[in-house]
Amino acid sequence: MMEELAALAQWHNLRFMAEGLYITLRISLLTIVFSFLLGTVLGIMRYSGHRLLTPLAAVYIESFRASPLILLILLFRFTMPLKPVNSGTLAMTLFTAAIVGEIVRGGLNSVDKGQWEAARSQGFTWWQTMRYIVLPQALRKMIPPLTGQFITVVKDTSYVWVVGVQELTGKGVIILGQHGSTIQFFAIFGMIGLIYYLLCLGLNRLGLWQEQRMSWLTM
Amino acid sequence: MDRFAAFKWQALFRDWHILLEGLGRTASTAGLALLLSLALGVVFGVLATSPWRSGRAVSRLYVSLIQNTPLVTQVFFLYYALPHFDLVLPTPAVGVLGLGVYHGAYISEVVRAGIQAIHRGQLEAALSQGFTYVQAMRYVILPQAGQIVLPPMTNQAVALIKNSSILAMISGGDLMFQADSWSASTGYYGPAYLTVWAIYFAICFPLAQLARRWEERVRLSRGGEVSAA
Repeated sequence: MMEELAALAQWHNLRFMAEGLYITLRISLLTIVFSFLLGTVLGIMRYSGHRLLTPLAAVYIESFRASPLILLILLFRFTMPLKPVNSGTLAMTLFTAAIVGEIVRGGLNSVDKGQWEAARSQGFTWWQTMRYIVLPQALRKMIPPLTGQFITVVKDTSYVWVVGVQELTGKGVIILGQHGSTIQFFAIFGMIGLIYYLLCLGLNRLGLWQEQRMSWLTM
Repeated sequence: MDRFAAFKWQALFRDWHILLEGLGRTASTAGLALLLSLALGVVFGVLATSPWRSGRAVSRLYVSLIQNTPLVTQVFFLYYALPHFDLVLPTPAVGVLGLGVYHGAYISEVVRAGIQAIHRGQLEAALSQGFTYVQAMRYVILPQAGQIVLPPMTNQAVALIKNSSILAMISGGDLMFQADSWSASTGYYGPAYLTVWAIYFAICFPLAQLARRWEERVRLSRGGEVSAA
């Protein structure tokens, strides 16, 4: 039993897994940053009540939200001239942006309408009111659901293994090919599970901390 | 755009039964997984609010382990673990098990929040009338919590249906897998994937709208903020 674990814990295996972790982290980070930007734009568009922008954002959000992520990853892989890791990241970003858009809209809706009237009566333009008054207050309300969604992003990176991108889970499955005894199997999956668990827990803490930091925005 | 050329669509519609088989597999898998996740969700959700300390701990452990690791990893774990115990299950059964356990953790949180939204006085009143804890849950608390949890539960059902596409990763013969293997053999990815998208949309969009409408109704009928999501 110890020999089996020793065979597994060799330097090249550990480095192999670390490469997977790096890919998982990179896809997660890119997806979180860009889906947050795009999602904020979509949420504001849908909230704005604009004759053109609102239905446009609604169609985008509902079409992406109703699709399984795995379908988007496959679709982008086979219809776009991109490397699988990039088409996968793009699919994840566009998918997550739809959900972030709904979170942003929910946050904006939760801000009291009186804030608009007050700001507009003071001579703020629509955009200034959004930028300086409403959006900052909405942001604090959005942090818990956003944290939850970004945790989901980290977990969802495992879907890109379907197009052969060797992220954490993919690397584990590959190593399993050479080290497939019962104890090795549990060691591999135990380690992968632990890494995801710690990443998710860390993100959760980050969300709580950020929420606390912004508590001065409470109305 | 020749990726979506007309003859490719024709080829797809000639082989429509392949997608239909996949849809059947998706429906049966999602249906069974939903039943399993409801059962697990109610049991662990009630445990989480029980006066029994180790029950609460077990429920917390289940929820945190399952919610903080990916579904893909969990399903692969099951898929590769079972043979180590001389258990051979057909892949759809692995899917039902994996999806049921995963969404059970989310549904248990929904149930817990629903129970906690019912005023504590209700439980005390029922207990003082001679109900046992289980009876009070069964006849007093859960029926009232039901109305509150219906919208988030529907959202979970939508998520489960979408997540059942995980079967494609273990050759489970579901809609996604059928479309994927058909397009791998023909090379006509565009039409197959778009059709599958339309099918998922036709199922998930109305359900999500329904959940949204129920949510609005619950909010109005309870006259204030209710958060069971």
